[in-house]
Amino acid sequence: MSEAVAGEVVVKVNGKERRMPDGWSLADLLASLEIDARTVVVERNGTILRDRSSFASVELVADDSLEIVHFVGGG
Amino acid sequence: MAHADLISSATLTDPQPFVIAGHEFRSRLMVGTGKYASNAQMIEAIEASGAEVVTVAVRRVDLDRSKDEAILHHLDPDHFFLLANTAGCFNASDAIRYARLARAAGFNEWVKLEVIGDQQTLLPDTIGLLDATKALTDEGFKVLAYTNDDLVTALKLEDAGAVAVMPLASPIGSGLGMLNPYAIRTIKARLSVPVIVDAGVGTASDACVVMEQGVDGILMNTGIAAAQDPVRMAAAMRLAVEAGRHAYLAGRMPRREVAVPSSPTTGMLGS
Repeated sequence: MSEAVAGEVVVKVNGKERRMPDGWSLADLLASLEIDARTVVVERNGTILRDRSSFASVELVADDSLEIVHFVGGG
Repeated sequence: MAHADLISSATLTDPQPFVIAGHEFRSRLMVGTGKYASNAQMIEAIEASGAEVVTVAVRRVDLDRSKDEAILHHLDPDHFFLLANTAGCFNASDAIRYARLARAAGFNEWVKLEVIGDQQTLLPDTIGLLDATKALTDEGFKVLAYTNDDLVTALKLEDAGAVAVMPLASPIGSGLGMLNPYAIRTIKARLSVPVIVDAGVGTASDACVVMEQGVDGILMNTGIAAAQDPVRMAAAMRLAVEAGRHAYLAGRMPRREVAVPSSPTTGMLGS
């Protein structure tokens, strides 16, 4: 993990580290990535977050590991 | 090019509805959504195939947005039955994780379970497959298990709770057609749950011969998507699945090693 600077946290999103402002919620992160929460499934530290309406109250903390997945073409 | 004129309206009825885990489906042909040149082509091909069940994969969102990968912008979940797969998973725990993520998308609790055991052949790891089938069935999933054409594994998958067993015709993406019709027929004869041949169908005659074995359905992807004209091939596959099904229901004539004339042998001139 790279060192966070003051006012920032570093979290891992889909395998890559990202810096974001301290206190951001999952909803803030998705908005910044221009992802519609209804089109994805999010797993945080190995646990699926089933209630999308709770994303605004899920505060991201240092060293969180998020997986943001969706359906793609496959057979 | 419009292919609507190629699509048959089936006039023959099937005495047995195609039912999996209590859910009746309108087509015995299920299709994948991978490898198409464009999403528009994929949709046109799926429409031409007449398929209702459409498989999709679970993958990370591309955060750099380099590709338009999200499939639900193009597939109406009210019109198609989405069947998530666990393709790319090489052990039971990964497959279980992908299945859980897919279910959390909120469409259904069905999963086409793949636990792959070998990178080169993509043949299944049947031990991991059985473990994952048991675990996911316990969690309330409806498991359609992709497996090889081995009867004993198929029987164990049924015992483990699979709602359908999906033996391969030949390896995924190979287009080799059905390598062992005896094995497929034996599996169909012995299982109570639907048998859906998954993988290996390369062209319409392959699909027809598979259905003539009496199996309940076929799932294919590359056989359509990798054709020169995927939309036309999708229509051909639809016709082939229907033809093979009706040929099975009709019951083929016995094979004979000698010729038997079709025309009368009496009434010949000069007799």
